[in-house]
Amino acid sequence: MKYALFLGCTIPARSRQYELSARKVAQKLGMDLVDIGEFVCCGFPVKASDLKSALVLGAYNIALSEKQGLDLCALCSSCTSALTEVVHHLAHDDQAKAEVNETLAKAGLHYDQGVKVRHVARVLYEEVGKDEIKKHLTKSLEGLRIANHYGCHYLKPSEIYDNFDQVEDPHTLDELVALTGATVVDYPNKKRCCGGPVLPVDEKTSLAIAREKLEDIREAGANAINLVCPFCSVMYDSNQKGIETAFSTTYNLPVLYLTQVLGLAMGMDRKELGLNMNVVKTKDALAKYAGGD
Amino acid sequence: MLKNAHLLRSPHPSSLRRTGMYVSLLGMSGALYLSVFEQAGDFERLVTRHCPKERFVMADIDLSKADPNFRKELLAHPEGEKISACFTCKTCTASCPVSAVNAKFSPYRIIRLALFGLKKEVLESDFVWLCSSCYACQERCPQGVSITEFMTLLKNMAIKAGHAPAGIRAQRDLVRGQGRIYAIDEFDNKKRNKIDLPSLPTACSVVKVLFPES
Repeated sequence: MKYALFLGCTIPARSRQYELSARKVAQKLGMDLVDIGEFVCCGFPVKASDLKSALVLGAYNIALSEKQGLDLCALCSSCTSALTEVVHHLAHDDQAKAEVNETLAKAGLHYDQGVKVRHVARVLYEEVGKDEIKKHLTKSLEGLRIANHYGCHYLKPSEIYDNFDQVEDPHTLDELVALTGATVVDYPNKKRCCGGPVLPVDEKTSLAIAREKLEDIREAGANAINLVCPFCSVMYDSNQKGIETAFSTTYNLPVLYLTQVLGLAMGMDRKELGLNMNVVKTKDALAKYAGGD
Repeated sequence: MLKNAHLLRSPHPSSLRRTGMYVSLLGMSGALYLSVFEQAGDFERLVTRHCPKERFVMADIDLSKADPNFRKELLAHPEGEKISACFTCKTCTASCPVSAVNAKFSPYRIIRLALFGLKKEVLESDFVWLCSSCYACQERCPQGVSITEFMTLLKNMAIKAGHAPAGIRAQRDLVRGQGRIYAIDEFDNKKRNKIDLPSLPTACSVVKVLFPES
């Protein structure tokens, strides 16, 4: 299983614990992730301001991957959706493809058929498979109560994702987390957005959206949140303290990436998984279960 | 009230004038509804009880500034071609995580304003930027309107017309100028190497080729 690893902008600069744990877990599972240094932004952040630039950026990244004959595995949900949309769009619009190729030619590249774009969680679920993952799990996380946050662009727009999961009743992350022995906690508003994209526009609204979910998760009695996107992590992990201050409350909910949860169950230590880089402290919450060394 | 409610929803240009009349009447007092309600003001009380005032977002629409060409312009875009199928069921607004915490934002109202041709109100507003592009509305729209894509189209048009929050413009300029939102410098690479992550390029020259105009 060989993929070009698409990191995007946020992960290598701000969420290195996600990159670190994803690489470790992939290595353990025999996934070959190839780095392509020329990758640029996926285009998602400029969609709102300039759809055309977003298309050019996405197509450039995909053409780089195509040149090396590799499918693309992204860690960030927004990168996954932006790049998948480009493949979807260009497969149905020859004129747009011709225009994009005119630009790409100046960079010595050509977009032909595009490549398969996959989120790492989807690769784990569909291609590596639960049985294979289970073989590598050595430490049970029994007793740990985890609330999954799917976020939006991991699942939506569903028309570009071949219904690999159900938008209104998602289950892939629940099944992956359940492999570790942890209890998957259900809660209201499970499908709701983290509010991240509104952050540069209206901080108050953005934090209010994130707060609703934190309230529900605390109410459901979870010890930790599991997620698969660095934007969502910014809202729940980096901004948790800010939300606590703004709304005079306390959550103290560690926010883990899926690859950190799986890595813990594989017996990896805190440092290997970058757990020391999470903003909300994970040590005490996890000490009872795993990786508390 | 119920007899005339459909006029509020009808986006057809031929009914715009009549709709405008009713919209302005709705905004006045309960006088029109004396035959249904016993006292002037009953209607407003009913509306406020079942639908908080800030949620009753159609009454303040001023149709005198409607520009029918704006509607045509929107329908010509692939992201906007399906909006005329909207029948104002408000599933979008009910599903919207932003509307749930900030009543200023309401997808169905934006679609209605757009269909009425209220170009200035839509493109110069601050509310189109509140869309989080989460696709909750689009996934649930019973009429198959690509609401999230439509919001993106409106944002693109607004920024072209010179109206966009500074943060959004800054994101665009960063990405088009350096290929990334967060440029990687030597300090970042040092931190990456320390935990055995590979170095990443600290410069990006291809953006000059991809975006020669910026």
